[in-house]
Amino acid sequence: MMPFEFLRAEDAVGAVAAVTRHPDAAYLAGGTNLVDRMKLGVATPSLVVDISHLPLDQIVELPDGTVRIGAMVRNSDLAAHFLIRQRYPVLSQALLAGASGQLRNLATTAGNLLQRTRCVYFQDVSMPCNKRDPGSGCSAREGYTRYHAILGASAGCVAVHPSDMAVAMAVLDASVMVTGRTGERSIRLTDLHRLPGDAPHRDTVLTHGELITAVDLPPLSFSQHSAYRKVRDRASYAFALISVAAALELGDRRDAAGIPTIRDVRIAFGGVAHKPWRATAAENLLRGAAASVENFREAADVELAKAETLHDNAFKVTMVRNTVASLLADLTRRQVGDVGGDLAGQEHKP
Amino acid sequence: MTELISLRVNGEDRSIIVDTRTTLLDALRDRLGVTSPKKGCDHGQCGACTVLLDGRRAIICLAFAVAHDGAEITTAEGLAEGDALHPIQQAFLETDALQCGYCTPGQVCSAVGMLAEAERGAPSHVSDDLIGGIELNDDEIRERMSGNLCRCGAYVNIVAAIRRVAGAESAS
Repeated sequence: MMPFEFLRAEDAVGAVAAVTRHPDAAYLAGGTNLVDRMKLGVATPSLVVDISHLPLDQIVELPDGTVRIGAMVRNSDLAAHFLIRQRYPVLSQALLAGASGQLRNLATTAGNLLQRTRCVYFQDVSMPCNKRDPGSGCSAREGYTRYHAILGASAGCVAVHPSDMAVAMAVLDASVMVTGRTGERSIRLTDLHRLPGDAPHRDTVLTHGELITAVDLPPLSFSQHSAYRKVRDRASYAFALISVAAALELGDRRDAAGIPTIRDVRIAFGGVAHKPWRATAAENLLRGAAASVENFREAADVELAKAETLHDNAFKVTMVRNTVASLLADLTRRQVGDVGGDLAGQEHKP
Repeated sequence: MTELISLRVNGEDRSIIVDTRTTLLDALRDRLGVTSPKKGCDHGQCGACTVLLDGRRAIICLAFAVAHDGAEITTAEGLAEGDALHPIQQAFLETDALQCGYCTPGQVCSAVGMLAEAERGAPSHVSDDLIGGIELNDDEIRERMSGNLCRCGAYVNIVAAIRRVAGAESAS
């Protein structure tokens, strides 16, 4: 590992100042991704600024109902927080589907957002990779692509963002609070991560030295009707092949066949793109439509119309489609069940 | 570049000067002679280095020692009270929950941390209900222990050992 200087930040202002004036400084929080990359030689900071002790470890409810999650809240604490479990189950579920208990005890909210892809070529310094070494080429395109993108990729990069948590936050319309040398700003979570385009080395829109201080979850009337479903190669402790986060609000009206209509819906995909993929086309199609499995599948198809698969990952299109349908069917069943409705004949057939 | 750090390891205060690149795992094993945390993958994937760090289970191969100045660490050596093994350690012996034993110190520390998490009501990926109480059935134990790999495949008896302790705790 490259030698580095270590600085324990006293406060956010000092941390930002230290990293901003040092072109290859890095923030250290839980360390579960940065330290791994440093061992692999993928990250080579000459200054490491430890922000894990900053007082950003609280979860508070603001007067307008927004839930503010401190950047240094540990993944395990966020998943187990009563407010999150009760009001935003999709977020608890996404966190609990990621990593392992002993990793979640270390990993932080901001660190989870800023973790980097686990593309095997990005992590292997002997291989070309445009994300690690701009202009060197992409080894994945003609390589092992089971875990790679089907949406929004570019000629230069087909990596996916590995976070589960971020997919849930995308569905919850979260915003990221950022502080930098020139002041504070708020970024919609869905705008934080970039598509690779011709600059895959840039994962996010953050500039060097900007520090995430919190993530805000705005009030969403139906957020308790939300869930996360992750499909992976083994039952636990594996990155997603694909995942789907969704929140669903049903209206009182039923169509001629007695099927309830969808008043509002939020859907996002993980494991398919360089960023958490908010499925707005699917949402637009479903708003006002009947909550039927056929409609759920059609909405997924609309969102996936522009999917471009690689030689090992064509299965992801079907997998996303089926997962969208089964997850939305479950969310429908749970709510209509609450009022004694009947969804007979709408069982999801995989 | 070096820094002076202090750690409280299994109840004993220790101070050492470390290179900033030193992980907590290497500091314990190579500098302090505390060798129960094992170096398996050294990349946060196997769980062999799991200890209780400030009271919670954590892997320490991806933790820089300098970032944990002042930390309190309990390893498998520190779980026993004198000659009396921790109930989890005793259960591992009684149910034959190991073959080569390399992953075992990490397994027992992880199990101790995991039982405390369940005791606090923390749900897991396989919990049916995020709000309700936790019943540590075999599915829950497997899911919560999935961060500890065992290449001998002693999982069946590891689950049995933990079930025995979890059952005793919930019965008392």
